[in-house]
Amino acid sequence: MTNREFASLWLCFKRSVADSREYLNALDAAIGDADHGTNLQRGLDKVAAERAAWGELTLDASCQRIAMTLLSTVGGASGALWGSGLLKSAAVLPNALWCDEATVAAAIGRFVGSVAERGKAVIGDKTMLDVFLPALHELEAGLARGQPFSQVVRQIAADAGNWARDTAALQAKRGRAAYLGPRSVGHIDPGAWSSALWWRCLADSAGGGS
Amino acid sequence: MKKIINQVEAVVDEALTGLVRTFPQYLIRIPQSRVLARAYPKPEGRVGLVSGGGSGHEPAHGGYVGYGMLDAAVAGEVFTSPTPDQIVEGIKAADRGAGVLLVVKNYTGDIMNFDIARELAESAGITCAQVVVNDDVAVEDSLFTTGRRGIAGTIFVHKIAGALAEQGASLKEVQAVAEEVIAHVRSMGFALTSCTVPAAGQPTFALADDELEMGIGIHGEPGIARQPMLSARQLADALLKRIAADLGLHAGQHVAALINGLGASPLLELSILAGEVAHWLDQAGVVLDVMWTGEFMTSLEMAGASVTLLPLDDRRRALLLAACDTPALRQGLRHD
Repeated sequence: MTNREFASLWLCFKRSVADSREYLNALDAAIGDADHGTNLQRGLDKVAAERAAWGELTLDASCQRIAMTLLSTVGGASGALWGSGLLKSAAVLPNALWCDEATVAAAIGRFVGSVAERGKAVIGDKTMLDVFLPALHELEAGLARGQPFSQVVRQIAADAGNWARDTAALQAKRGRAAYLGPRSVGHIDPGAWSSALWWRCLADSAGGGS
Repeated sequence: MKKIINQVEAVVDEALTGLVRTFPQYLIRIPQSRVLARAYPKPEGRVGLVSGGGSGHEPAHGGYVGYGMLDAAVAGEVFTSPTPDQIVEGIKAADRGAGVLLVVKNYTGDIMNFDIARELAESAGITCAQVVVNDDVAVEDSLFTTGRRGIAGTIFVHKIAGALAEQGASLKEVQAVAEEVIAHVRSMGFALTSCTVPAAGQPTFALADDELEMGIGIHGEPGIARQPMLSARQLADALLKRIAADLGLHAGQHVAALINGLGASPLLELSILAGEVAHWLDQAGVVLDVMWTGEFMTSLEMAGASVTLLPLDDRRRALLLAACDTPALRQGLRHD
């Protein structure tokens, strides 16, 4: 992945979240406090506004910048999870304008590990991990089988919407939706939905490169 | 949506500006931040208290910055936890060299952002301790989930821990008394209407004219059950039964009560609820030493209320009745 592809991933995510803002807010209204789309968009707008600064930065530095921007503008659980998770990713990305696909997978692996640890969540808790964990698993398995990165992430992008939709059947165990108990069943988790958008952007941005 | 605002994006910022202009004798705003701190900081060598959380709960938490309560309050976006960099600014503003106690309400986002902030502040050499308020008995307390929410009981934590910090107690002692309050304080609320988050533009949920939402949180998040409307007496009974059972409340115990309006219920109605709570406690043989009625921890323009009980011993009562002087809570010395 090049730094340009990395940049376009985040610009794509910014556009997707902006396009889906009302839907994300509506999902959050059902089981939370109606602001997931608004909060993510505020952070990603800032990321995009700073784009000129990190466009030519190395991968580790641009990931770190994005992490700090999201950490200081999104707020709530999403800001803490995305921000602190990306800081961990930045630590494995190289001080270079390019990295191989195994390193991208390792960076996503660190992100997922950080989100799980900070959020104390496991699969099935009705959170963003219900998309990120199976996606990471598919990515690692696909690369281990020797499949091209682009093919693997395109398949993940296709599946991610289903994984997000499947959270509707789950009872929330973490986050604000957990207070609803059984009443959280029947609603898609907004964090899982925005995570699916991110994977689609990864496929769009890096999926054609190899 | 009809609100007294300019731009949705500027709501928090402009509200903080207005607060500081209203209360210059109490508050300053740390430049380039969403932190309100005391205009006249407490002396060096005293423990600082920082609280914070999403906006939309006014007067919490900026209204409790002042003598006998908080040293700094950090405001997030509406119903959204503040970010770690802002919390660190609050910790710095509250630090008088004896450590800083962070009073956090038990929400996933608040816990994470305060955790990150604490790590940053400690690496900058400021000793911090943290307590997590989880007083809402409507939510099942379980190790396997997020646990109970922190709601209006937080005000008693601010008051009692703040009073002890003002007396010069150590960080360990202030943390211990805060944890003691948290171990005893219990709350529960109900909503008669939803609230409208400015950025969302429409009510978070809909309630029919004859319905109420029992066990509501303070963010417009749904409660635990939707049910037909009740009278003030029935409401007091429903809330207190659950709180009393959770506390194991018994005749002869002394308590403090907080009757907290959620933003749109008039003091007239809150006073009726207060009367019913007092009557219920009288009937149960519980001694009501202190009752505060008003808006302490709101949920934007939600109609409804919460009731909080805190069993008292002599020390907690003395700290609760100690003088304080803040924009939202001013209490003179009580002469027994």
